[in-house]
Amino acid sequence: MAAPKTLFDKIWDSHVVRQDEDGTCLLYIDRHMVHEVTSAQAFEGLRLAGRKVRRPDATLLVCDHNVPTTDRGARIADDDSRIQVETLEKNAAEFGLPYFPLTDIRQGIVHIIGPEQGFTQPGMTIVCGDSHTATHGAFGALAFGVGTSEVEHVLATQTLIQKPAKNMRISVTGRPHHGVGAKDIILAIIGKIGTAGGTGHVIEYAGEAIEALSMEGRMTVCNMSIEGGARAGLVAPDETTIAYLKDRPMGPNADEWDAAVAYWKSLPSDAGATYDKEVTLDAAQIEPLVTWGTSPEDVLPITASVPDPASARDEAKKRSMERALEYMGLTPGTRLSEIPIQTAFIGSCTNGRIEDLRAAAAIAKGRKVADGVRALVVPGSGLVKKQAEDEGLDAVFTEAGFEWREAGCSMCLAMNPDKLAPGERSASTSNRNFEGRQGPGGRTHLMSPAMVAAAAIKGHITDVRDFD
Amino acid sequence: MDKFDRLTGIAAPLPMINVDTDKIIPAKWLKTIKRTGLGPALFEAIRYRKDGSEDPDFVLNKEPYRKAEILVTGENFGCGSSREHAVWALHGFGIRCVIAPDFADIFYSNAFKNGILLVKLPQAEVDKLMEDAEKGENARLTVDLERQVVIRPDGEEIPFDIDAFRKHCLLNGLDDIALTLEKDKDIQTFEGGQKTATPWLYR
Repeated sequence: MAAPKTLFDKIWDSHVVRQDEDGTCLLYIDRHMVHEVTSAQAFEGLRLAGRKVRRPDATLLVCDHNVPTTDRGARIADDDSRIQVETLEKNAAEFGLPYFPLTDIRQGIVHIIGPEQGFTQPGMTIVCGDSHTATHGAFGALAFGVGTSEVEHVLATQTLIQKPAKNMRISVTGRPHHGVGAKDIILAIIGKIGTAGGTGHVIEYAGEAIEALSMEGRMTVCNMSIEGGARAGLVAPDETTIAYLKDRPMGPNADEWDAAVAYWKSLPSDAGATYDKEVTLDAAQIEPLVTWGTSPEDVLPITASVPDPASARDEAKKRSMERALEYMGLTPGTRLSEIPIQTAFIGSCTNGRIEDLRAAAAIAKGRKVADGVRALVVPGSGLVKKQAEDEGLDAVFTEAGFEWREAGCSMCLAMNPDKLAPGERSASTSNRNFEGRQGPGGRTHLMSPAMVAAAAIKGHITDVRDFD
Repeated sequence: MDKFDRLTGIAAPLPMINVDTDKIIPAKWLKTIKRTGLGPALFEAIRYRKDGSEDPDFVLNKEPYRKAEILVTGENFGCGSSREHAVWALHGFGIRCVIAPDFADIFYSNAFKNGILLVKLPQAEVDKLMEDAEKGENARLTVDLERQVVIRPDGEEIPFDIDAFRKHCLLNGLDDIALTLEKDKDIQTFEGGQKTATPWLYR
């Protein structure tokens, strides 16, 4: 009998085109998503070498990073942003590639539209020139971010030169308490393993708390695998996955559906498969979490206080904590629930899906955003926006004083008009609290959509569990 | 791609951990559609003051480190965003080798595609090289890829490991895509098999 395999092993083994003696593999890539920021130089490379795109049918282009989230029909005011968007449009036409223009309801953040369209499916290899490609792992696909040189390599050859990663399993046992969701689970994991804890590994998320998550929640968890150092995260496909994929426009045809489902059901890790690294967390121990520093591992329960660098494990970490507190304008001992905010951001590839908007709306309903707080809700795609509007969520938000925007990456990264001013502090559902990430000098506190909505109402970071 | 075989040059100390790619090059510079011209923006937020003038305390603004070709730094260098612009900015400044205890995965791949050698060494060895890098005009290291050693100013040699395929590509300045296209028959064979087994992957 063959040795038991993990989900990662199965996907990897079924995509090796050839393997060299030193273990270097040529890996076939089933799906390639392309956005405007990391692709222009790759297309230019193809043009200079006279190369074509090998699999236009396996490629999907969309603009998201530079896109203004206000008036969708208007010309993009920033010259560099507009040129980047126009360059992607030209490349789509020149190379004959599927593209969702800004006026198409299917436009949105690349990691939201792939699953939404059924472009993302279990067992696939998927890449994109974007580190949050890990999101698609929620479907049991091996999905990882690549740089522009590798974008060009995939466009030209539909393959990548790779060595297999190691297997890591993170089991989240039990069920989380009320007020604790997928974002808190992944922040808890990053807090435990550290921002380099998954380097060189693919993380398989398992356990009752993961199995109980919706596809939206699983995407939130897998999305931030990279913040734990892992290039990819995976959740085994199950009935939740299959139900989500049914009748998606780019999914299997009706006559292929049964065969596809049978294949997907063969993917979960075999009993007895072994992992290079194993970590276990108890979901019941997780509280709503908030970051205080400038690395996603700088995370603590909402009931905690800003830590003291004197408690750091070594000199390098102490220096880095001191720098983080100086940048964030925080003093050790301050209660996290007393930190005032000026901006609240709900959106991004981490938390821009319908379930995230519902969770935030449940807190916002019948309440008002605090004076002096700018609060943005940015749906992850045109289709998420429409669904939210059909459910009346836009009215809940606007009545509470939130701005209701068009789809895009928005304030997750400072590449479009939505950004923080120097010194401005945000409660944000995005994925990175690095220095300057949301704008030069901006200060970011990462948390769940419900926690951000609660902070917007109170005007300071607060415990969402007090909102019943 | 540029070849890399042996380099002797000024090594700059950057004793920080978890240096993310947003710090190496902020997002506003990602709007370029070129690979070149990013050197002046390298480490922008910590290299320049608010008024745009150079921060005299930042290492790369001091002599002789303005000419640094090697960077010695802390664990998890290059974490975060996949932006290859981070590598292009290092290259644009003139950095051809970075030495650290470890690197983030995507950054690691990106660097080698652009002729930049990343050397992973145990923390204790990095600490020694960090001390060497603090020595100003005497902060000269030699990195010999063929022999896989870093040579300190006092002549001590520190060996390092590197993947054989990456070494081969770097020593010869090979273009990955051309190499892969030579294997087109293998790719076609694979596609034929996959199309039969899982036809829904082909639209």
